[in-house]
Amino acid sequence: MNANARRVAVLGGIRIPFARQDGPYARASNQDMLTYTLDALASKFNLEGESLGEVAAGAVLKHSRDFNLTRESVLGSKLAPETPAYDVQQACGTGLEATILVANKIALGQIDAGIAAGVDTTSDAPIALNEDLREVLLEVNRANSNTQRLRALARIRPQQIVPAIPRNAEPRTGLSMGEHTAIMATEWGIGREEQDELAASSHRHLAAAYDTGFLDDLVTPFLGLERDQNLRPDSSPEKLAKLRPVFGGPDGTMTAGNSTPLSDGASSVLLASEEWAAARGIPVQAYFTEAQTAGVDYVNGSEGLLMAPAYAMPRMLDRAGRGLQDFDFYEIHEAFAAQVLCTLRAWEDPVFCRERLGRAQPLGAIDRDKLNVHGGSLGAGHPFGATGGRIVANLAKALSETGTGRGVISICAAGGLGVTAIMQAADV
Amino acid sequence: MSDRYQQLINTPIGKLVSKQVGLPQPVRLERYQPGQPVIDGAVLFGAAPGGRLAGAVTGVLAAIGAEVHTPMQEDIRTAAAGVGLDAKVFNPAAAPAEARFKALVFDATGIGSSEQLREAWAFFHPTIRRVQASGRVIILGTPPKDAQTPPEAVAQRALEGLTRSIGKEVRQGTAAQLLYVAPGAEAAIESTLRFLLSPKSAYVSGQVVRIGPSELVADDLDWERPMSGKVAVLTGASRGIGAAIAEVLARDGAHVVGVDIAAQAAELDSVTGAIGGSSLILDITSETAPVELAAHLLEHHGGVDVVVHNAGITRDKTLGRMSDELWDSVLGVNLIAPQRIDRELFGRNLMRPNGRIVLVSSISGIAGNAGQTNYSTSKAGVIGVVEAWASALARKKATINAVAPGFIETQMTAAMPIGTREAGRRMNSMAQGGLPIDVAEAIAWYANPASAGVNGNVVRVCGQSLLGA
Repeated sequence: MNANARRVAVLGGIRIPFARQDGPYARASNQDMLTYTLDALASKFNLEGESLGEVAAGAVLKHSRDFNLTRESVLGSKLAPETPAYDVQQACGTGLEATILVANKIALGQIDAGIAAGVDTTSDAPIALNEDLREVLLEVNRANSNTQRLRALARIRPQQIVPAIPRNAEPRTGLSMGEHTAIMATEWGIGREEQDELAASSHRHLAAAYDTGFLDDLVTPFLGLERDQNLRPDSSPEKLAKLRPVFGGPDGTMTAGNSTPLSDGASSVLLASEEWAAARGIPVQAYFTEAQTAGVDYVNGSEGLLMAPAYAMPRMLDRAGRGLQDFDFYEIHEAFAAQVLCTLRAWEDPVFCRERLGRAQPLGAIDRDKLNVHGGSLGAGHPFGATGGRIVANLAKALSETGTGRGVISICAAGGLGVTAIMQAADV
Repeated sequence: MSDRYQQLINTPIGKLVSKQVGLPQPVRLERYQPGQPVIDGAVLFGAAPGGRLAGAVTGVLAAIGAEVHTPMQEDIRTAAAGVGLDAKVFNPAAAPAEARFKALVFDATGIGSSEQLREAWAFFHPTIRRVQASGRVIILGTPPKDAQTPPEAVAQRALEGLTRSIGKEVRQGTAAQLLYVAPGAEAAIESTLRFLLSPKSAYVSGQVVRIGPSELVADDLDWERPMSGKVAVLTGASRGIGAAIAEVLARDGAHVVGVDIAAQAAELDSVTGAIGGSSLILDITSETAPVELAAHLLEHHGGVDVVVHNAGITRDKTLGRMSDELWDSVLGVNLIAPQRIDRELFGRNLMRPNGRIVLVSSISGIAGNAGQTNYSTSKAGVIGVVEAWASALARKKATINAVAPGFIETQMTAAMPIGTREAGRRMNSMAQGGLPIDVAEAIAWYANPASAGVNGNVVRVCGQSLLGA
């Protein structure tokens, strides 16, 4: 980190429970959820009427009318309307990238405090006009005479009524994220059992986080939902083993159980300079110390779509002067159990580390007991933009509870992107 | 020479009928063409824990540019990374059903007891049915005599049975070999691994090859022309297998001095002329032949690098009806002449460093054959020559090895009665006869300057014939 940079404190976060698609939040918009979550954060830290440095937030699935989603949410919230805001959109990396943006401004002294947030709804998804129909209507709009208008309107055909529904597919390959991950799973030889075990432990850890009260001040009920709807506390590898494969063909290893479901939800995190926090008497939970985003060429190159975190991590570790084993918490976003396992395997693999990362030694294995100890996306669900905030808030609290140690975050994103970050406890 | 049965079987109707009635189904074996990659397909490399060949094997696989897959096993992956091999990961439990390999290579040197033989089962059980046609299965072990403990020696010896049975199970033109690599010989495996992986070894299966340590390292070898600048003497060069050997040695860069009797002069010249070699008319059984050959080599080449004793004759009769003349002529050409020539060449120091003696034995020399007492005696004697001279030649930095052809499609076999011929053709794992080129390729492998660790071997080119096995 730049020697002149200020330390960036993570003061805490809050989110609403994540719901499954067309569940309790079916009629809630992104703006509804984000505003509610910002208000919850404002209540938690007494920010009512406060003018903060900025709010950076975003959603992956967004209506065109939501071009200023975050600003609109701030205006509707208890925060002072003078608080600037902007939208961030980096697929599933949105929440963590927003955190990096706010953190960097604090580090540089450009702002003293800010909120990073994220939201997504797969229920209230934008449905666009049929592309052919849209062209016709634009043509009508451009017409100068009624004759031209009529001529253009005459081009409307019944099939143009069919709307364009957003698909969970990569524009450049046409493959869904699950299909891409199935290819990665095959390349890395990831078996069904290990995926199901990871999924079961995600549910188990999340259930325990609720039962022990860890999540009491991290999750606030919304629309009658108190816990993440996707959570199956009694999930087990045996039960998960019964599910049919949904990606990778009939012999595939990926099921609805070891892949994240489409979900709705929002999360938020408050970041600040130490001085700002001290002035308000808000304890520092953890410091946000390093971050790295990477991209891979999954279109023409030979790399898997969701392998970018495998590249981001070593760059960040080198800059931080740390090894992969130097952490007490590993927060790896579980887009798919297979994605996590591919990433871990890549770091352990001398061939990958040598050929792709140019390193003489592999990064090595991590202590699996330190992985996603308070649950992961497989248990909680994964509203794309909200996952980063959930993870940052979880990790900050975990570090504040132990009072020592470090945690590392790794999030894969569509478009061949990966975002990683390091946080450390207040007294390190 | 044409194998009409094979041609018929490979028609759509032939395939259907032969399958229904359970006839042998010989596939068209893939054979090497210059410029081809060593192996045209993916290689799966696995190892029992504690093996010592991962570095050497991955080094060769990297050098030949093969697409390699390995289990996610730390020692193998580390070895692969160490040689810059971008090996893919293979996990049989998660692999798609359609995943196929051209070759399975298994380092069994880590197997130290009979219990640990299970490692070989664990590697092959989920993979053996993934081998493509004209594929390869190569098991690498430690020569039992070099084992550290008796249980290790037992387990390593047991690999022979595994290899041979795999060779008989795989079919579809796939060959299985056991490669015993002595401790310290790890760096000497490249020429052999290349040969066994490639279509050059199309008709070699169920064989045990032994590689010993060698000080000579073939750096910067041009693997397309490994014998560049080398002089090879080849007896019986004018036709059949001899002509094929001449062509292959010349292809590999050697200058071939073809030797044959006066009656074959025209054919000899046509063979050597086509490959830019030279001819020497010589009756190798004559009293003065060794001296004349030595003088020729000294005068024209200053020495020799490779001697291939290919000349051979048959004079079949059952022993009771066999005249002394038939006995003497066969023994004279096949067994006595090679020894006299070798003695002269070594005696006059004409063999240059890293020299090669290659002899041609026969499956008859191993299994015996009614009506061929003279021939079988001579060809078993050839094996004796290899065994008797191997260590002495090793001290001279030379090697001596033999090939033992099985049923090879030549004018000689074309003249056989149909019953015997068909039995010879089909009673092997490839269900067909070999071609002269198959013998020639094996000889070129022995002759390769990088084969310095290959000494004292008798490798059959017989498609894993049932005879003498």
